[in-house]
Amino acid sequence: MRVLIVDDEAPARALLREMLSAEPEVEIVGEAATGLEAVKAAGQLAPDAVFLDIEMPKLDGFEVLELLDPSVAVVFVTAYDSHALRAFEVHAVDYVLKPYRAERLREALIRARGRVGDRPDASVLARAARPAGQYARRVVVKDGGHIHVIPVERLDYAQAQDDYVALRTEGRTVLKAQTLGALEASLDPSLFVRVHRSFLVRLDRIRTLEPYGKNDHVAILADATRVPVSREGYARLRQLLE
Amino acid sequence: MTASVPVALAGTALLAQGRNALTPASAALIAFPLSVAGTVLMLPVWYLCRALPVYSTSLPRLLLTHAGGALLTGLTGAYLGGALARLVDSARPGSGIASAYVAQSAGVTAAGGLVYLLAVSFHYVLLGVEATRRAEQQSMELSILAREAELRALRAQVHPHFLFNSLNSISALVSLEPLRAREMCVLLAEFFRQTLALGEKPGVTLEEELAVARTYLAIEGLRLGARLSVEEAVEDAARNCRVPPLLLQPLVENAIRHGIATRPEGGVLRIEARADGARLRIRVENPFDPDAPPRPGAGVGLANVRRRLLAGYGDRAQIDAERGPERFRVAIAMPADVV
Repeated sequence: MRVLIVDDEAPARALLREMLSAEPEVEIVGEAATGLEAVKAAGQLAPDAVFLDIEMPKLDGFEVLELLDPSVAVVFVTAYDSHALRAFEVHAVDYVLKPYRAERLREALIRARGRVGDRPDASVLARAARPAGQYARRVVVKDGGHIHVIPVERLDYAQAQDDYVALRTEGRTVLKAQTLGALEASLDPSLFVRVHRSFLVRLDRIRTLEPYGKNDHVAILADATRVPVSREGYARLRQLLE
Repeated sequence: MTASVPVALAGTALLAQGRNALTPASAALIAFPLSVAGTVLMLPVWYLCRALPVYSTSLPRLLLTHAGGALLTGLTGAYLGGALARLVDSARPGSGIASAYVAQSAGVTAAGGLVYLLAVSFHYVLLGVEATRRAEQQSMELSILAREAELRALRAQVHPHFLFNSLNSISALVSLEPLRAREMCVLLAEFFRQTLALGEKPGVTLEEELAVARTYLAIEGLRLGARLSVEEAVEDAARNCRVPPLLLQPLVENAIRHGIATRPEGGVLRIEARADGARLRIRVENPFDPDAPPRPGAGVGLANVRRRLLAGYGDRAQIDAERGPERFRVAIAMPADVV
């Protein structure tokens, strides 16, 4: 089994390396010290399993998981027991608490071997990968070898495009493999409005609303983009603005 | 008992006036023993008042009870007065005291009722004063309890994850670098001993606080390696100033958790303290990654420090948190009390 080790603390990485390398069928293919490095390394090294810390610089463990190929088995290794429920919601194969014994890691390895490729698609993960009752504060996107982290304050609108959403931020467009409905569910409904079947708009970006045709409207955004507003979307907007 | 003197004087005056007035001497002869007996009889009314608190008893019940009490007292007083008058009359036959008294008995009844009502109001005032004092004491005990609970909670909040992560580092170092593992065990024990000792005291010196912070930072240094460096710029005059226990610890912990640890390259944590005249100024400064994923628990430690400063010093202490584009700075200004 090809294993990637991810932790921002050198001693923690050394411990994982020491214990895992003692397992006969494990091949350690690399180490990463930040979430960003982890996603890049996973892209290049194609590991079967990632042993992943949660609190890390740049991207946290949940954001990393969201950007990994669903076939990669993820084992969280952390000192925080408070993330356990969330971890199983995003189908991590195991959740190991620091400090741990070698046997505990062996157990995690067995689970990883049995559950490789058993993860739902990224949109389900995105919804679960945040604390209960909280909305996402950033959207993470992997685009080839590049990783975009978009804070929700900088997301102007999103447009559905087949199996993707086109995220419009700071004058550029980033594609993410996710449905618009899944994105909508992860964002604060008082900030983002589904104005149309194919459009989700950040409310404070809307400058004016103009009638368009018989029943429809069009929203004009701060950057002069014109976004179609359906009848249902118009009703939702009016409700939020009142 | 002394209360019976003015009552007796008033009683004498009452009996010695009007058309069928008694002579002042015989009036006093009746009024004095009657007043003493009356005041003694009024003492148990205390229990009645305590059983019927003003605020939790229904008004009809309160009025009815005390009206009954007043009537009973008045009639008893008048009867006792009559008995006394007859006694004086038989001792000094022909003085006409007994017959003169009969004419005054209505007044005595009314006076007795009045005495009862006065006694009741007096008791209620006393009960009120006592209740206030008890409430004050209770609230003081509560605030002490709250402070202790807060300190306990603070200690608990500081430790668990820090402890688990440190134990994990020890677990790693045991086989790779045994000497550093041993060093970390000693530092960890030192840190817990220091914080436990601090929690017992109402106030500590800044130097004691700095010692805890140094131990803490030494442990984090073993975990974070070259990512953490610490600069300490503390004037000697500031070291002996009194501060609340575990004032610095949450700030230093924040500086690591939400600051240095969010940067792959780490950074410098700077602690400054100086005492200029009557003010102690403390500053904790650290770099942070503005694009770091939000970590839970942000702001809890700072709010805690703010609350404890406010509780201990009111508006004589200020705490300001300043979030720059890449640096976070907490500045405390408080009275410089040298221990």
